[in-house]
Amino acid sequence: MTATLVSASRLGVRYGGARALRDVDFAIARGEIVTVVGPNGSGKTTLLRVLVGATAPSEGRVRRAPGLRIGYVPQRLAIDRTMPITVDRFLALSGERDPKARAAALTRVGVGGRGDAQMTDLSGGQFQRALLARALLRRPDLLALDEPTQGLDQPGEAAFYKLLASVRAETGCAVLMVSHDLHVVMSASDRVICLNGHVCCEGAPMAVAAAPEYRRLFGLGTDGALALYRHVHDHAHDAAAHDAAALREPAP
Amino acid sequence: MSALLGDFLVRAALAGVGVAAAAGPLGCFVVWRRMAYFGDATAHAAILGVALALALQAPVFAGVLIVSLAMAATVATAAGKTYAMDTMLGVAAHAALALGLVAVSFLPGVRIDLMAYLFGDVLAVSRANLALIWTGAALVVSMLAWRWRRLLTATLNADLAAAEGVDPRREQLVLTLALAVLVAVALQVVGALLITAMLVVPAAAARAFARTPEQMAGLAAAIGAASALLGLRASWVFDTPTGPTIVASAVALLLLSVIAAPVLRLLSRAPRTG
Repeated sequence: MTATLVSASRLGVRYGGARALRDVDFAIARGEIVTVVGPNGSGKTTLLRVLVGATAPSEGRVRRAPGLRIGYVPQRLAIDRTMPITVDRFLALSGERDPKARAAALTRVGVGGRGDAQMTDLSGGQFQRALLARALLRRPDLLALDEPTQGLDQPGEAAFYKLLASVRAETGCAVLMVSHDLHVVMSASDRVICLNGHVCCEGAPMAVAAAPEYRRLFGLGTDGALALYRHVHDHAHDAAAHDAAALREPAP
Repeated sequence: MSALLGDFLVRAALAGVGVAAAAGPLGCFVVWRRMAYFGDATAHAAILGVALALALQAPVFAGVLIVSLAMAATVATAAGKTYAMDTMLGVAAHAALALGLVAVSFLPGVRIDLMAYLFGDVLAVSRANLALIWTGAALVVSMLAWRWRRLLTATLNADLAAAEGVDPRREQLVLTLALAVLVAVALQVVGALLITAMLVVPAAAARAFARTPEQMAGLAAAIGAASALLGLRASWVFDTPTGPTIVASAVALLLLSVIAAPVLRLLSRAPRTG
């Protein structure tokens, strides 16, 4: 459980003159679920891209465990209409040669039987699930997901989180997820990191699934997959956006 | 006499089919990655390569390969830094062509048939040319086949590729190399001005009938080969320049595919949703 898969120290990223990230220390261990939240433009996607190796940091360094297998689900994957590709062929690009395993992966994420469809014919939610199926077929040590629940309603989001939790329980992989929701996070998260160019605060989500207030907020359908994260900020910002957002935090 | 005719026509046909076989799959990547202008820049640089090769009395093939490669590498690294990609490529493509034409005119005592380099001269393909064309085409096809999964992943999404240990810049370099080789071998068949057409037109025609990238690549090669044979035949019958006639045949097949695809879809299954 203690094996560190990816760690980063004093991470900084600049785009031209603008700083996207500064002084970020990060580590994720095997089997851990870490959720990264933050307002728009806070560098969540940049952090994920640096950690998986899609872009190089301007400062600091990233260490990845040797032979680390990453299953990455990018925030947006636009397949050009000029490229014909079936869901099954898309999954095969993961390197999985067994058609049965590919079909099983689709069933697992809830889009069974869609293997012959064109990727461009999938709905937003189905597309997102196909991306997850492909990531799972890589048998990853680390699942890195960038806003995987965008476009899902709350029961859909809860079902997605339960699926991730069961994948973690089964395979022992770590899950690193960027989420757009500042306050409602996956309850199975071991840690929540709030980012706004730097790490603002970090902690465990509140286990409030049993509380009647929670039931009122999320209803029964979500079955405890969602939880609240309470931000604890000990500093002020020029970027008021984050603090304003944190002030809107619903009282648990 | 007829044996001789048959011989140079057979060589021309083989040269056209060889180029098409490589241009089809490579053209798919040009279409998927929206590199048509990039192809133009690389192809137009060939004229500059011809001029340099003649000035240095080096083989034309080598001159074209080196200058096209240099051009492709330059625009690939400089792209998007100061100007938008298409502006940069537009400048590079036409600058290479203009400089090449000017450079050719400076060559002392050399009367070269510029039209042959601009529009191809497939009927003059010698046995040695043919061997070179097939070697280059085989090289392009094996490069693509060797790295197929990595190239596709990098084309789908650069970040996804990087996260899976595929360096998208390396895959871009592979395509750049393949493009330069193709330009060098296609120069004699369709000429510098029409090489991009042999890349883009068969791939576009194949799109409507393909369900996977592999099908599209294979179909593009087949449509390109059919265009080469059709064009050769038509240019013989109508006494038209061969390179442009080959491209015109490819465009005719593209138009046919645009008309035929919806009809075939209606016949085979329910209309697609989404």
